[in-house]
Amino acid sequence: MDAQLSISKLTLAFGAVRALDGVSLDVAPGSIHAIIGPNGAGKTSLLNCISRVYQPSNGAMRFEGHDLSRVARHNLVRTGIARTFQNIALFKAMSVLDNVLIGQHSRMGLHPLPGASGLGRRLLDAAGAAVEPLASCLYFGPIRAREAAHRAEVEDVLEFLELQQVRRRPVGELAYGMQKRVDLARALAARPRLLLLDEPMAGMNAGEKEEMVRFIRETNRERGVTTVLIEHDMGVVMGLSEQITVLDFGRKIMTGTPAEVRVNPRVIEAYLGEDVTRVQEEEAAAGVSATESGAEFLTAFEAVPSAEERE
Amino acid sequence: MIVTRTGQFKKSYAADAAIQRTNLQRIAFWGFVVAMFVLVPRVLSTVWINNVNQVLIAVVGVTGLNILLGYTGQISIGHGAFAGVGAFTMAVLNNRWHVPMLVGLPIGAAMAALLGLAVGIPSLRVKGLYLAVATLASQEILSWFFEHMEWLTKQKTSSVDVRAAWLHIPGILNHKFKTDTDLFYLFGVIAVVTVLATENLMRSRIGRAFVAIRDREIAAEIAGVNAFSYKLLAFTISAFIAGIAGGMQALLFSRAQITPSQFDINLSINWLAMNIIGGLGSVPGAIYGATFLVLLPIELRNWITSFRGSYRWLADHYSQIQDVLFGLIIIGFLIFEPDGLNAIWLRIRRFFTHWPFAA
Ligand SMILES: Nc1ncnc2c1ncn2[C@@H]1O[C@H](COP(=O)(O)OP(=O)(O)OP(=O)(O)O)[C@@H](O)[C@H]1O
Ligand SMILES: [Mg+2]
Repeated sequence: MDAQLSISKLTLAFGAVRALDGVSLDVAPGSIHAIIGPNGAGKTSLLNCISRVYQPSNGAMRFEGHDLSRVARHNLVRTGIARTFQNIALFKAMSVLDNVLIGQHSRMGLHPLPGASGLGRRLLDAAGAAVEPLASCLYFGPIRAREAAHRAEVEDVLEFLELQQVRRRPVGELAYGMQKRVDLARALAARPRLLLLDEPMAGMNAGEKEEMVRFIRETNRERGVTTVLIEHDMGVVMGLSEQITVLDFGRKIMTGTPAEVRVNPRVIEAYLGEDVTRVQEEEAAAGVSATESGAEFLTAFEAVPSAEERE
Repeated sequence: MIVTRTGQFKKSYAADAAIQRTNLQRIAFWGFVVAMFVLVPRVLSTVWINNVNQVLIAVVGVTGLNILLGYTGQISIGHGAFAGVGAFTMAVLNNRWHVPMLVGLPIGAAMAALLGLAVGIPSLRVKGLYLAVATLASQEILSWFFEHMEWLTKQKTSSVDVRAAWLHIPGILNHKFKTDTDLFYLFGVIAVVTVLATENLMRSRIGRAFVAIRDREIAAEIAGVNAFSYKLLAFTISAFIAGIAGGMQALLFSRAQITPSQFDINLSINWLAMNIIGGLGSVPGAIYGATFLVLLPIELRNWITSFRGSYRWLADHYSQIQDVLFGLIIIGFLIFEPDGLNAIWLRIRRFFTHWPFAA
């Protein structure tokens, strides 16, 4: 099948640091595609390029036929892409409701004749945008109706993510795990076809993680949303993803199924940061485990059945 | 049985978005408005009605500034100049081309809005302190312009004579707004409309976009908000309202002249202080801040000048004392109550709403 998102030879440099160095990858429609790699590997940078936060110095990004490097940041949602943030970027002073409503922002414009097309539609939309400030000040019929309709729509998202209890609370007051969930709610409210998740489970306890895994899986299966997932928890990654891309020092090591990634010595090496065979020898000799993250990674590899194995 | 207003239960989502959350609050708001309209002209002396009029002007101006600074998070030290544009446009149109004052008022505000739009353009690139400097520069440029526009006023100085507003609907109404009471009615209506329109704007998509930009600009953009055009919109609306306040200021002087110095950086700074002290990003806060900082110096002056006999020095240095006190109050609020008078009021209200069940 044709890729929905196709990245080729993407390069992004911060001074001397090459955050991304010729990274290519294809994401199949409807799949969950994980991106893993040690800290500083360039995972967030990749997401930032796709979501137009950074402009890559080289390479191409195509999404459903659109050249993403020409899409303005605020048009990303209209193109069909939404994302969450590693360090939660919510609107702190706003309530959960309003945060999620912002996710629907670009679907809320005034369109005097929704049926119109072509130039007529563009003119009508421009007219809608021109009268919107005054209409909003008066808060009369169409504005009132629109706000109420979208408010009802938000309620669906809140129900799905089990956020109804806190809908009126300012997000700044919520616990960390809840904020992560609101971040996801805001992204889902945009009704994306591609969802980019940057460590959605970081800092969560086991119970919260399980719930988040369920939300991500349901979003993917029931709403058919293609998902790119950055995550350090290998158990989660192995369980959720169909494809995994491994990055290290801005370079792609490989893309493959969880089973393939698990046995690739270069991946293990990247995580251990040393020659894997030497480490294994040392381990065998001394009876101790290697660096913490490497050890975790390896245990996770062995312990968790991958998505295919489970089916 | 004790009945208190401790919770809210809404039936429809439309009711949910209502501004005044409970009927009680709605009744309280309109009750207050009606009471003011009825009582102020009957109970207060003309001096005090004039004070109230000054408060109303500040309420409008600060409400405008609040949209930009409080809600959108973009600073402006140029709002005094926008007010000036509104005032002088209105007055010059009237003097030279006999455009009625009340017609000139919205035209002046529209001119201010255009300038606000232009001044907002740097906000695409510059933020915070740099934006403050950019807007300060436009304040100074416009102030300079006001000082040198004899060619426009066609008078010897830049000052413009101001005539009374005149509401003339043939056969129905023919009224000149001359006395302080007249102006109070006019200003009262303008202030109520401005406040309600702002409340409405802020609970709609546009208002949410403003706050989103203030809280997290990049996240707002990724969620689909065109930050630049919304910032420009905030500058435009904000300057429009400042222009209205300027026009009101001119009408208040309708027995004299308006001069460039009325719209210099001092006005910008005063409004800024009122917004901060009242509470950024809150419509009631703008009202509290404006009321507090307009009335405080007036009362203070009365009080200090009452020492004329015994403490001569105090009375003589009144204006310096006022400046120092103003500075102290602002610093005090920034340190101890950054959310302003509005936060204090909310705390008091919360106490009584839940009393005696919780403190
Ligand atoms: N804005 C920036 N300015 C300078 N350097 C940056 C910037 N953003 C990222 N980098 C650098 O780019 C490299 C990749 O960072 P990135 O955040 O993409 O890593 P990551 O894989 O997401 O790591 P983590 O797992 O810790 O989130 C790092 O060396 C980082 O220091
Ligand atoms: Mg990262």
